[in-house]
Amino acid sequence: MIDTWLPVGVVLSSFLPGLFIFFLAESRIRLRTALNLIGALAKLALIGVMLWGVLNDHEYVFRHTVLPGLDLVLKADALALLFVTLSAVLWLFTTLYAIGYLEGAPHRSRFFGFFSLCVTATVGVAMAGNLFTFFVFYELLTLATYPLVVHRGTEQAMRAGHVYLGYTLGGGALLLVGTVWLYGLAGQADFVHGGSLAALPPETAGQLQVVFLLLIAGVGVKAALVPLHGWLPLAMVAPAPVSALLHAVAVVKAGAFGIVRIVYEVYGVEFAQSLDLLTPLAIAAAVTIIWGSLRALFQDDLKKRLAYSTVSQVSYIALGVALFGPLGTIGGLVHLVHQGIMKITLFFCAGNYAETLGIHKISEMDGAGRRMPWTSLAFTLGAFGMIGVPPLAGFVSKWYLGLGALEAGMPWVLAVLAASSLLNAAYFLPVLHRIWFRPAPSAWPAEHIPQRGRWETAPLLLLPPLATAAAILLVGLFAASAFSPLDWAKLIADREYLQWTP
Amino acid sequence: MTDFLDPLPWLIMLPLAWGTLAFVLGPGRGGRLAIAAIALQGLLVLQLAGQLLAGGARVHAVGGWGAPLGIDLLADGLAAVMLLLAQAVALPLAIYARGYFAAQPKGRELFWPMTGYLLAALNALFLSADLFNIYVTLELLGLAAVGLVAIAGGQAPVTAALRYLLATLLGSGAWLLGVALIYGSYGSVSLAILAPLVGADAPLAATLAAALMLAGLLLKTALFPFHFWLPPAHGGAPAPVSALLSALVIKATFYLVLRLWLELFAPLTTVAAAQLLGILGAAAILWGSALALAQTRLKMLVAYSTVAQVGYLFLLFPLATLVPPDAAESAVQGGVMQAVAHGLAKAAMFAAAGSMIVATGRDDIGRLGGVGAHLPLTLFSFGLAGVTLMGLPPSGGFSAKWLLLRAALETGQWWWVAVMIAGGLLTAAYVFKVLRRAFLPVASGDRVTRVPRTLEFSAFALALAAILLGLFGAPLLALLAVGGAA
Repeated sequence: MIDTWLPVGVVLSSFLPGLFIFFLAESRIRLRTALNLIGALAKLALIGVMLWGVLNDHEYVFRHTVLPGLDLVLKADALALLFVTLSAVLWLFTTLYAIGYLEGAPHRSRFFGFFSLCVTATVGVAMAGNLFTFFVFYELLTLATYPLVVHRGTEQAMRAGHVYLGYTLGGGALLLVGTVWLYGLAGQADFVHGGSLAALPPETAGQLQVVFLLLIAGVGVKAALVPLHGWLPLAMVAPAPVSALLHAVAVVKAGAFGIVRIVYEVYGVEFAQSLDLLTPLAIAAAVTIIWGSLRALFQDDLKKRLAYSTVSQVSYIALGVALFGPLGTIGGLVHLVHQGIMKITLFFCAGNYAETLGIHKISEMDGAGRRMPWTSLAFTLGAFGMIGVPPLAGFVSKWYLGLGALEAGMPWVLAVLAASSLLNAAYFLPVLHRIWFRPAPSAWPAEHIPQRGRWETAPLLLLPPLATAAAILLVGLFAASAFSPLDWAKLIADREYLQWTP
Repeated sequence: MTDFLDPLPWLIMLPLAWGTLAFVLGPGRGGRLAIAAIALQGLLVLQLAGQLLAGGARVHAVGGWGAPLGIDLLADGLAAVMLLLAQAVALPLAIYARGYFAAQPKGRELFWPMTGYLLAALNALFLSADLFNIYVTLELLGLAAVGLVAIAGGQAPVTAALRYLLATLLGSGAWLLGVALIYGSYGSVSLAILAPLVGADAPLAATLAAALMLAGLLLKTALFPFHFWLPPAHGGAPAPVSALLSALVIKATFYLVLRLWLELFAPLTTVAAAQLLGILGAAAILWGSALALAQTRLKMLVAYSTVAQVGYLFLLFPLATLVPPDAAESAVQGGVMQAVAHGLAKAAMFAAAGSMIVATGRDDIGRLGGVGAHLPLTLFSFGLAGVTLMGLPPSGGFSAKWLLLRAALETGQWWWVAVMIAGGLLTAAYVFKVLRRAFLPVASGDRVTRVPRTLEFSAFALALAAILLGLFGAPLLALLAVGGAA
């Protein structure tokens, strides 16, 4: 009984506080903070229980029939928990960061209300037990993030919001058509290891290929697959905690996670391979990786450079999924977590530079390392991680992706990985050079927060990036130990490949 | 059960009684009475729904005199669903209207009596079992609706009301002509007696009658290109009236189209006619949405949105006619679900729009700034209603779209899929046009005042109901299946 309601509890633990927060007066700061933190901690506690259960081969399933033949299913399996845990942990850090970041800003109740809804939608996406449920939360995510993107209400923000809605609602429509079509062909099926479509008669193969295209295009919008990525660089006008959440956990990850679910648990990776669907996906991911990196090179706006970097890095996940074989799977899945930790660190740091010193552009970053050594240290770890320097998180991902490429017999992927690493270095190292080795200017663009004793900026702004930066190092160093993201990804890969023998 | 306690006649008598009583009590009075009575009507419908689910469709002979001499009332699943919708929409709207007319007294004098008659006509229409009684209810419904449009007085509303009167009289006239032709051919107007007589070999007069009746109903339902009267009438009336008209009155004539199409005239239906209805529906979706997007007045935007949403209702005909029974069932369920979802959502949207207009003092989308900050619950209700209209999950509108899409793909009619998707995106465009304006801070020189709590909460209740319908739609479909209407 309690097993059924645990997944629901995880969803409600951010939904209910979110609803309450909407109706709080601006001035009720303590109550709002308390609600946020209680929700975040309760979520973590529930997830902890389920992690233990799933490790022991237990599954938590909640099912509610919406219409005949249409069930809303929340399921906590190994794959769901990988993403849920990531979301819940990073939500906690981002909430703390946002409390510091928005101190004194207007419309905080509205902000935190939608912030909670956004996380609710994300954990819903993670625990969706079938395609329909996934679609429900995927659309909720669109609606919940729109007010966050336009939060500042400036002309630029409104325009970004417009573009964001256009892309994501369009993507949602494609996903809907694909889903209805698939339900018509195969009836209702839960996500299962190995997929549920292999038993369909062979003459439906053509339709299944079209449906696959619709579904991947639908989730590809949020995953920012080129050419569907146009909204992401614009959306960086949102406040830093929103960008952090958008790039690391919520929106782009929901898209990438959708690709994982569709390939592994709707089609089944072996069946998808037999329909010749994986190679086109790998090519799309490779193109995105290179294109995103190339565009990142030419951005002077720090957040924009990071946004293009996200375009590139998120497609590592899609690439891993598309490499047929368990090693590629492990690489893709572990990058889902690693990219999140690294990118959230980088966005926290970008927010700190902007809030503390008024630095928005890379050309203004000269000597920032001396004024803000801790933030810059975190930024450096994030950047090295992205480049793939051992023993940081990004190295582990790339190592497994490389092995997966060889295993899948696609050596050209190695060239893509190498080129991407070089490009990562090319757009991150100059930034690091400016931070550490250039002399500081006589005055910062706009110093909002002065140095106070040992604190280079507000404590709530500094501690979250330091914590996530430490995580970048730890998940890399202790990748081989139990309960590391890598270990969990291996567990999932073990369960996804049914007949595969290396 | 004794005849006296049967809910069917009471559903008609009660609103007639409280409408008349409100009239006697004097201008603007009777609101509290109406709320209590509608709540009672709601309980009666729930009781009726329980009876139907347990015992199947049934007939009530009024006063013990059955057809052909007396009047029969027929309650099946489809009728019960519509009755449920009518009371579910009317109750929050009555609460809303009390608050609204306290803030905006223009038109309050005759609101309650007219609303009583309107509900009596609606309930009678849903329960009628013969074509002539339906004619009477159609006329009463039309006159009450026209009267409600005109109650605010003033040049524009009266012009709109006259145009509406012309349309509705023309529609009822066509219906009456059709009824006369049917009577001439078969010698009866009772649905039960006619049903076995009308076959594929029906005389030309019967076919002509069917066409006339259908055309009259389409005019009254404001299906494209007969929608000309709707936006000024719905956009110009006081907000509670607009809500009642958009949510319920046009659904009543849609209900008749559906019932005749599926039952009495089923042998006469052709694929070509069904496709034509579908094409008109598609044109309504695209044209209505595009015009909604072009509006600068909030209530006109919502009114054009109704023109568009009516289109979805008519997509069920090509999807349900001469196709495998599975797909047809799904299509009819989708159409009825859309009628219910749109009823709840549009009532919520008009109510929320009315609150915004009261608060800002003007009906102008460009000057909605500050509404988000001062009326968050109202804006939230507007947004939730928008979610249903866009067909995003979970909502009644989504369930409707899902069922229709499934039928379209199952029968290989992919062009309706494209229409529905395009309509959903256009809807998003005009809903967000309002939302993004309302999020902005209040413009200098403008003022946003508070509105009574009841206005905010009644709109929210309606919007929430439209959302919950998406999570708990299965019981509604079970009710719909009673008596094989679907």
